[in-house]
Amino acid sequence: MSESALQPFHEQYTALTNAGSLPGSALPWLSNLRERGMTRFDELGFPTPRVEKWKYTNLRALERQVFHPATTMTASLGLDRVPTLIGEQAGHRAVFVNGRFRAEMSSLGRLPKGAKVMSFAQALEAEPNLLAEEIDQIAEGQDEQPFYHLNCAFMQDGLVLHVEEGAKIEEPIEVVYLAAADDESLAYHPRHLIVAGKNSEATLVEHHVGIGEANTLANHVTEIRVEPGAKLHHYKLNAETDAAFHVSTLHARVQENAFYDSFTLTTGGQLSRNEPHVKLEGSFADARLNGAYLQRGKQHCDNTTLIEHAVPDTHCREIFKGALEGKGRAVFAGKLHVYPDAQRTDGNQLSRCLLLSNQAEIDTKPELEIYADDVVCSHGCTAGELEKDPLFYLRSRGIPFPVARRMMVESFLAEVVQEITTEDLRQAFLDRVTDWLSRSEQ
Amino acid sequence: MAMLEIKDLRAEIEGTEILKGLNLSMDPGEVHAIMGPNGSGKSTLAHVLTGRDGYEVTGGDALFQGQSILEMEPEERAAVGLFLAFQYPVEIPGVTMTTFLKEAVNSIRKARGEDELDAMKFTKQLRERCKLLNIPEDMMRRSVNTGFSGGEKKRAEVLQMAALEPKLAVLDETDSGLDIDALKTVADGVNRLRSPERSMLVITHYQRLLNYIVPDHVHVMVKGQIVKSGGKDLAHELEAEGYAQFGEEKAA
Ligand SMILES: Nc1ncnc2c1ncn2[C@@H]1O[C@H](COP(=O)(O)OP(=O)(O)OP(=O)(O)O)[C@@H](O)[C@H]1O
Ligand SMILES: [Mg+2]
Repeated sequence: MSESALQPFHEQYTALTNAGSLPGSALPWLSNLRERGMTRFDELGFPTPRVEKWKYTNLRALERQVFHPATTMTASLGLDRVPTLIGEQAGHRAVFVNGRFRAEMSSLGRLPKGAKVMSFAQALEAEPNLLAEEIDQIAEGQDEQPFYHLNCAFMQDGLVLHVEEGAKIEEPIEVVYLAAADDESLAYHPRHLIVAGKNSEATLVEHHVGIGEANTLANHVTEIRVEPGAKLHHYKLNAETDAAFHVSTLHARVQENAFYDSFTLTTGGQLSRNEPHVKLEGSFADARLNGAYLQRGKQHCDNTTLIEHAVPDTHCREIFKGALEGKGRAVFAGKLHVYPDAQRTDGNQLSRCLLLSNQAEIDTKPELEIYADDVVCSHGCTAGELEKDPLFYLRSRGIPFPVARRMMVESFLAEVVQEITTEDLRQAFLDRVTDWLSRSEQ
Repeated sequence: MAMLEIKDLRAEIEGTEILKGLNLSMDPGEVHAIMGPNGSGKSTLAHVLTGRDGYEVTGGDALFQGQSILEMEPEERAAVGLFLAFQYPVEIPGVTMTTFLKEAVNSIRKARGEDELDAMKFTKQLRERCKLLNIPEDMMRRSVNTGFSGGEKKRAEVLQMAALEPKLAVLDETDSGLDIDALKTVADGVNRLRSPERSMLVITHYQRLLNYIVPDHVHVMVKGQIVKSGGKDLAHELEAEGYAQFGEEKAA
């Protein structure tokens, strides 16, 4: 770790706290959390490849950057419209630019009773107790996560979604995170809280996009609690620019009979790290931790996941599939931890990657720590080229090589995209896969 | 001009020579049958003609309507009018028959400078062809060959041939695995495609198929060469006597 990489963050932190301009700076719990965050980040620094959990993702390119804190942007973005996955007419859309909520670009529609969508900064005013009770409380095992602490030090805004007991939000809520930097490199650290109350149901779609030439660092932390009997569908597309660094640390607790259903598609970014930590802490808690990635050029995407089966009778299925072109690189490290008395755990993990060029590379590290004896756990991983026989079969029918290849990759990835339960969203994600493939290098 | 002219063709797989100087000439509108013992190189010939990886052509040439095809990509060969009904059709999970056929038909049309078929026209044509070959339409919504029975796979190959309307079709053991009724249906389908402009090379082990698809010429292939050619009666002769006369031992 180089000290110099930490220095700018340190100076910025001092400047921000001295100015007293951070939202909620009068709240002791928040100031303490920020202070602890900065101290711990100082101690840990950016992880080097010697840190086991960062063995395959090198942060040198990130450390070389000097990021300026993103300030509220008032200038026009030069965008005609905000990109959307659910359509402009539909549902509820919250827009964040460089981590700050933009009410004037958002259209939250009429949310059903019991559902609240706010920005973190708004919630500090309107519901300070909710945040005091939940922020940094849902997370667990975060002590060794430097980006988590960096987020604590700098958190200013983010999404707060609170679905009260029994409330059902039929239409998906889309949250657009726009990374916009043209002149200088910008960093921001959004902090999100999602509480799905008892027996509630909601669908949240995160849509990360970018404009501009300069580097951005989006360092998200999300805390989620899915309360007994609730269903939360959480889908994410990361389509930021090739100049973007994207780190997303997520802590989710899934309680009795609750269902946490997630899917993450990464097509963009220079370097993306998704690090979800899902704890199944009530019996019959169920989770899907699925994802897909498409990377080319020098893009790098790291999905490092942890699933904890803490009590008996919990279930999780995890499937990650991807395709790499050019010098695209991917990491999949999936840890499955079954506690000693978590009998009848059902946990499956699968990682499959297509290497479309001989310079593409994937590092896979499945890790099963099973301390109970009556469990059904499986994991599998494959990595390889496209199969020759189907490719020849398609070509022998007149389908040109690039199209045949696209069809095969598409069908390979469709298998995991199918896991998205909402049909329109499933199609929207499939379209993104098709888009990426039609922009193929070869 | 001949539809296909194979001149002294030699090809090897991983250093082993399989085709050892093969000669064959077919005129437009003709149906030729190739018979021969297992392992004599019949499928190898079909694969070399359609451009499958893994074969090295070490000598000779194959001319399609006067033009050498050995340097062409598989999709280019399809575009000029070459078609292979595979001995072992490949399963492609996740790609539906409809998507696959539409892509294939339109790729070939595009390569020939023709307009692509719109969805309605395509669906109509596909429906008609399914009917002809006694293929239930909902099979078109399933993934390519995936979970198809042996006979269904073979019928699907002939359906593809009907959809792509090639000039030269190579049918590699399209009769094996078919029940008696299916054999008739498939043969009818093939016969319907016979025309003065279209040639067919039918690889088979059984004379029975040739009762339905009556060939103009029959060739015997042994150890990578055509060792005898004749009319349709040659097939009966082979059925009765086997390949011993060509130096092949009878299976024990
Ligand atoms: N990949 C390979 N490596 C080595 N030998 C091969 C390979 N593929 C085929 N062969 C050999 O080539 C020879 C010709 O095979 P081919 O499939 O062309 O025979 P065939 O005449 O079609 O037989 P059948 O009637 O059983 O279908 C066989 O001896 C076979 O074992
Ligand atoms: Mg064969």
